[in-house]
Amino acid sequence: MTSGLWERVLDGVWVTIQLLVLSALLATAVSFVVGIARTHRLWIVRFLAGFYTEVFRGTSALVMIFWVFFVLPPAFGWQLVPLWAGTLALGLTYGAYGSEIVRGALAAVDPAQREGGIALSFTPWQRMKLILLPQAVPEMIPPFSNLLIELLKGTALVSVMGMGDLAFSANLVRLALQESAEIYTYILLIYFVIAFLLTRSMRGLEKKLKAGVGKAPKKKAADVRVPEGSGVS
Amino acid sequence: MTWDWGAVADFMPYFWDGLWVTLQILVFGSLISFVLGLVWALLMRTPTRWVTWPVGAVTEFIRNTPLLVQLFFLFYVLPEWGITFSAMTTGVFAIGLHYSTYTMQVYRAGIEAVPVGQWEAATALNLPLRRTWTVVILPQAVRRVVPALGNYVISMLKDTPLLMAITVLEMLGQARLFAQQNFQFTEPLTVIGVAFIVISYLASLALRALERRLVH
Repeated sequence: MTSGLWERVLDGVWVTIQLLVLSALLATAVSFVVGIARTHRLWIVRFLAGFYTEVFRGTSALVMIFWVFFVLPPAFGWQLVPLWAGTLALGLTYGAYGSEIVRGALAAVDPAQREGGIALSFTPWQRMKLILLPQAVPEMIPPFSNLLIELLKGTALVSVMGMGDLAFSANLVRLALQESAEIYTYILLIYFVIAFLLTRSMRGLEKKLKAGVGKAPKKKAADVRVPEGSGVS
Repeated sequence: MTWDWGAVADFMPYFWDGLWVTLQILVFGSLISFVLGLVWALLMRTPTRWVTWPVGAVTEFIRNTPLLVQLFFLFYVLPEWGITFSAMTTGVFAIGLHYSTYTMQVYRAGIEAVPVGQWEAATALNLPLRRTWTVVILPQAVRRVVPALGNYVISMLKDTPLLMAITVLEMLGQARLFAQQNFQFTEPLTVIGVAFIVISYLASLALRALERRLVH
């Protein structure tokens, strides 16, 4: 492979990382807003949040990407830059998965903690901020780490829309060289390295957060994808 | 926003074709992932690390890289090595292989959850290894993991549109073809989006019912 082709691959890596960071930020925000809304007092808030989760978890990420690219522009009369369209589709979809993690972790906090907050006449917002979240967040890290890997794999989907990410650059090189084995092996390896680095840093984060609430991290994070039907354990 | 029911009506015949292909991918992909996953899980229990290390490394690699790129890999590279399959066969194999690296974890958990006493009883009864696995351990392990396997079938349903990228005309492929020929994107894409939500919601209800029956 020539250096010109490697430059294409590096551009692809950069696009993939941008997309990953932006959609991870959006997905985190959505996860917390929707996940906390599902514990709200009012049934209508819980219902709307649950409805959002079912709809966005129910559909396929790739269908959602097509929808954002092709249906939103004529419907609303404006068009997003591909990077933002990809971010929106991935962030909303994976945020729905993440909201289940947030809900599950909040529900797993010892009920006595919440009751203690009530007894000390904390407001609901203070209880969430000072009591529930600091204990729930460290528990969320291992499932969020798995979800982040799923999101990384999901970013490859935007190449179908012609966005120049890592998977797309593989296609360019394949067409240029008329040979696929080498470039696709490299691309898979690059994805694997990114995934490895992400897993590692998430494990470090977990350790730090758990030390903050006086808990030692478990030896090995469960390495399974977030289960769907039933709540996240 | 303009919504044209005529376009929906025109799209429906293609939609049913696509749905049929999607369900075929799902059924065969699931079967492959169930069988291969069990094979990986059993290989990981062999005592020698000459087996467990390569199997662990390969499955870890497959699990952490995008299915889309794996599809392209198989679709473009296998023919270079002189192996040609139809796009559909390649796609079904790729999706089954990808998900087998997840189901393997499920089986592992199920096997580990079988009480030690069952192993000891099998030893006490002098059952050969083969029969210990086939009549004692696996029936109990598999029963435990059915709900978790079901969750992966639902996940797989939502990954079937990826096969569109290697020219398989499943639901999304049909929708895109229809959209490009008629310049009507909104209707076919919305129809299949709703179809995915409905199918996966029904599947999760069915799964919850199955879960309840297995528990009791």
